[in-house]
Parts: sequence; C-alpha cells; structure tokens
Amino acid sequence: MMPDLGDYAGAVLSAYAVSIVLLAAIVVLSVVQARSVRRRLDDVEDRDNG
Amino acid sequence: MSIWDYANPKKFIATTTPLVPWFFGLAGVSLVVGLIWGFFFTPDDFRQGSTVKIIYLHVPSALMAINAWLMMLVASLIWLIRRHHVSALAAKAAAPVGIAMTLIALFTGAIWGEPMWGTWWAWDPRLTSFLILFLFYLGYVALWQAISDPDTAADLTSILCMVGSVFALLSRYAVNFWNQGLHQGASLSLDKEENVADVFYQPLLLCIAGFVLLFLALVLLRTRTEIGRRRIRALEMRARRQEVRA
Repeated sequence: MMPDLGDYAGAVLSAYAVSIVLLAAIVVLSVVQARSVRRRLDDVEDRDNG
Repeated sequence: MSIWDYANPKKFIATTTPLVPWFFGLAGVSLVVGLIWGFFFTPDDFRQGSTVKIIYLHVPSALMAINAWLMMLVASLIWLIRRHHVSALAAKAAAPVGIAMTLIALFTGAIWGEPMWGTWWAWDPRLTSFLILFLFYLGYVALWQAISDPDTAADLTSILCMVGSVFALLSRYAVNFWNQGLHQGASLSLDKEENVADVFYQPLLLCIAGFVLLFLALVLLRTRTEIGRRRIRALEMRARRQEVRA
C-alpha cells in the first residue's frame, strides 16, 4: 500500500509530519480557546444577571 | 438585508455558529481525500521524483498564508473606514491561522528545497519576502498583545497590516518580475503549458479547497472567541464600575 518514495522518503514523510502536526496544533488550540472563553463568558453573564 | 448587518456581533454569531461544524467537516473530508489521493495514487514526477508529493501541502499552505493576510487587510480597512468591531476581531482571529499556514509553507519549502536545490534556504526573492511576511505576522500578533486599549490596538495593527501587504503581494509576484532566484514560477496557471500536469492538478485542487475551508472554519470559530473575550471584558469593566459607585 505504501508507495515507494525512494531516496526522498525522509523528505516527503517529514514534510507531511510537520504539516499535520502544525494543522492539528492550530485546530486544537482554537477549539480549546473557544471552549474556555465560552465557559468564562457563561460565568460572567451569570454573575451579571444574578 | 445588507452585508453590514453582520457587523452586529449577535447577528454574526447567530449566522456563523451553524456553519462552523460544516466547514470543519468539509475541510476534513477534502484534506483526507486530497492528501490520500495525492500521496498514494499519483505517480512520481520525472524530474523531482517522489518529492512532488510535497506539492499537496506546500502550494495550498503558501496560497493561504498570502490570502489570509489579504483577508486581514480587507477586514482592517473595513475597521479603519467603518469602525465595525467584528471586522477588526476577524483580522485578529485570522493572524494565528496565517502563522500556521506560513510555517507549513516555509518548512515544507525547506524540506523540498534541500533535495531539489541542494540547500534548505536561499535568499531568493520569493523565499525572502515570505520570511518577511512571517515576521509581519509575528509582529501583528505581538502588537495586539502589547496594547491594552482594543480600539487603539485595532488601529495600529490595521496600519501594520497595510504595510505588510506589500510583502504578501511580493511573495506572490516576486518570481514574475525578479527573474532570479531558485524558486520556480506559479504551480497553478491558466496557461496549460505552465500549469502542473492534470494528474497532480486534481488532487491539488482538492487540497486547496480543504485548506480554504479549514481557514474559514478556524477564522469563524476564532472570531466568535474574540467577540466572547470582548464581551467578558465589557461585563467585567461594568461590574468594576458598579463596585466603585457602591
């Protein structure tokens, strides 16, 4: 299944690895920040209303 | 119904919230299919061998790194002209995504350049302007962090964004008017002679669609987060003022 990448296997695989890690990092960071701000906003709005 | 209605944060959140999961889902499908197609089911290039498979990451990320900055420029101009807070926050939200795209383009370019050019890096016009664009991204984020008043930060970062746009455009067009350096011309062209071969073109288009959709999903999500932060700040300031009065 794995294609024969020849002499360039290291270059191709490391390009994919770096890219996937960076894409995953920005997605995870954005989702975590969104959830944390949402929770904080709920708390502050509860305090403001109560 | 006007586009400026979306400058209202509540309207913006109500409209974009249902779209975000769709954009994430479509981005995931496009990227998985495009990358699997490109990696497993396309042949090696007759000159570049298997390194051509890096094109599915390098070209879309470089494209998005430049276009993210141009999107920030449009949003910044809207802020400067019409003073819509959502547009300033959208520009702020896009910057970290642009940084990730620029880093991917720089890393994959260096990894691709080493076996093809014999060097990881050269002070080539396109590479240099791209590195400067990356530094502008860092400066833009740092400037937002450094200024406590949000409107002043939005004003100054908008001006920085306008200056940085020179390098965003240079990194796109440098190869066209500077006939020197190692980097080849555009991979995508309406001229069939210059465009990449069809066998690489179709999965590449799918990967580009995936990167565009991922960018949209992240910017909408992050803009919502920034609007939330702004609301928290406003509510906490109001509570503090009430405490002082009491």
